Amino acid sequence: MRTPFTMRLIQSMPRTGWIALALFAAITWVGVPVAHVALPESHPLHLSAYSVSLFGKILCYMVVAVAMDLIWGYAGILSLGHGLFFALGGYAFGMYLMRQIGHDGSYGADLPDFMVFLDWKALPWYWAGSDSFAWSLFLAMALPGAIAFVFGYFAFRSRIKGVYFSIITQALTYAAMLLFFRNETGFGGNNGFTDFKRILGFAITSPEMRATLFALSAALLVACLVLGRYLVSSRFGRVLAAIRDAESRVMFIGYNPLHYKLFMWTLSAVLCGLAGALYVPQVGIINPSEMSPANSIEIAVWVAVGGRGTLIGAVLGAGLVNLAKSWFTMSFPEYWPFFLGFLFIAVTLYLPDGVVGLWRKLRRGRAPAPAVPPAPSGTPVRSAASGAADESGAPAQGAARGAAA
Amino acid sequence: MMHTTDIDRAAAEAEAYNQREQWDGAASNAHPFTPGELDLSHNVILYLEDITVSFDGFRALDKLSLAIDAGELRCVIGPNGAGKTTMMDVITGKTRPDAGKAFFGQTIDLTRMTEPQIAHAGIGRKFQKPTIFERHTAFENLELAMKADKRVRRSLFAQLADDERDRIAAVLRQIRLEADADRLAGLLSHGQKQWLEIGMLLMQEPRLLLLDEPVAGMTDEETERTAELFVSLAGEHSLMVVEHDMAFVEALGGTVTVLCEGAVLAEGDLATVQADPRVIDVYLGR
Repeated sequence: MRTPFTMRLIQSMPRTGWIALALFAAITWVGVPVAHVALPESHPLHLSAYSVSLFGKILCYMVVAVAMDLIWGYAGILSLGHGLFFALGGYAFGMYLMRQIGHDGSYGADLPDFMVFLDWKALPWYWAGSDSFAWSLFLAMALPGAIAFVFGYFAFRSRIKGVYFSIITQALTYAAMLLFFRNETGFGGNNGFTDFKRILGFAITSPEMRATLFALSAALLVACLVLGRYLVSSRFGRVLAAIRDAESRVMFIGYNPLHYKLFMWTLSAVLCGLAGALYVPQVGIINPSEMSPANSIEIAVWVAVGGRGTLIGAVLGAGLVNLAKSWFTMSFPEYWPFFLGFLFIAVTLYLPDGVVGLWRKLRRGRAPAPAVPPAPSGTPVRSAASGAADESGAPAQGAARGAAA
Repeated sequence: MMHTTDIDRAAAEAEAYNQREQWDGAASNAHPFTPGELDLSHNVILYLEDITVSFDGFRALDKLSLAIDAGELRCVIGPNGAGKTTMMDVITGKTRPDAGKAFFGQTIDLTRMTEPQIAHAGIGRKFQKPTIFERHTAFENLELAMKADKRVRRSLFAQLADDERDRIAAVLRQIRLEADADRLAGLLSHGQKQWLEIGMLLMQEPRLLLLDEPVAGMTDEETERTAELFVSLAGEHSLMVVEHDMAFVEALGGTVTVLCEGAVLAEGDLATVQADPRVIDVYLGR
């Protein structure tokens, strides 16, 4: 008896999850756009352009956090180079945005301003097709996906794991950053792309466009959460978690971990690329500093703060850290890196399961759980499961694994 | 991938061989063989010849030769460092031998295959330390081990069919974990973990089971039950058991192979082996 795929998709998330998603969708698709576009600025519920852009940016970060959590929390592979995939998606879509400027640049030329400045006469070959919206969107997914696939294939085939893998990803994004800093690379050097004017002919700074981009980012996040939920509750997800916990056993029962890791890794990069493509028009700039190793480490911090191995944790982590960041960088800009470092250490030492783990512990404290974990059924299994495992201390635990990863 | 071409080549060779047999008109008494399928026509399931493995000059295996018959229950004993685990590593593809042959049945060359390929061919392995998925339930552990199409695109959409559920339930009964099916494997007792791992092997429906110290840490009663289980499995499956517990080896019956310094020292039933002065010297006497 086979259950149709749509039913299984629905069943993969508990009802509270769907209700939360519906609420989230109502706020982001109706509430925020109305508050920004329809309400006059004097209205107390009016959302300023600054807030909408800030929240839209954070939504993109949340997508990256979910992508990161899928590969780190569920497959146990810590990437310190996810910023690269995000930035590549941003650059791919940024090329389109640059072409949409048309003759409105400061030189009024056919070519983007930075190329005129470099005295280039024609577009480099890899800019071909960049005036097409569809091609650029495709490129924003395909480019990070292809690079992740090739890199992942060789890394996973050579069975590079743990800290070695993390260091290589870090080096990868650093190398890419150096490459993009060069003017000759053809992506605007250290200034990157900016001064965007239009998307599909519509002004990029109009409130309607801003609200649309915001709603699209929210839609992407919802799609990622539904997809992620399905993946981690499928047999694929169980194999992935098994690879994380005992890879050799997975091989000896006949799975090829290479294919599983590669699939998740590539998908994760594609999601990051999409998030990057939505991020760039909202912040209005993309430059190589997005590829700096620190940015990628920050992504890992979001997930660690929220709670690895829970999708909602990744979302919360990205939200909390980024809100804290925008407050900090306004109030005490020079202390932000210290705070971030402190946060990472504190979370690793005292909150191995992040905010979500803390929340569970508090809830358990109020209503003491039975000594034997409840018979797991359906999706809440993993959550109940990891919680129970904590108490018994039996399986390899968070902090230790964090260090090992 | 590298191994695919090897398999392709093996397939091409097999094809050529079959054709030659037909031209010779000898097809009537020869057996055509299918690549990748276990061929037990000579009643030998595992054949190792002159296997040598060195680690930094240390010879873990030194021209080891060993054959196991189909349906046999073989015990392998030997002092620490005799090469028992390395031998299992070679058979399961974890370690590549420097020299020598390793065949599964008549046709499957184990030295050219990866771990998952060997698992699919029908060799299951139980590690010395129970390796199960501690953060999955006992049921899920068995589900993952179940013989099935294990490619990504299948497991993305896989669902348990009723007969698969029945099969898991049957194995849960066999390993006496019915009551703990939904418990996290990490919360099981040590003996139960050992049983769960044996159950995972059974779910793979392997032809040959390699069991590395399967009763370590078990109570006497559990050990006794394990011996019963193994004896009942022999015949349909072939088993190779590495064990230190002599009472357990005795309970299993069957042929005993003594390894020492990477080679076979003696072989025979337990009484014969125990009476062998060389064996007494290196192992039993101490």
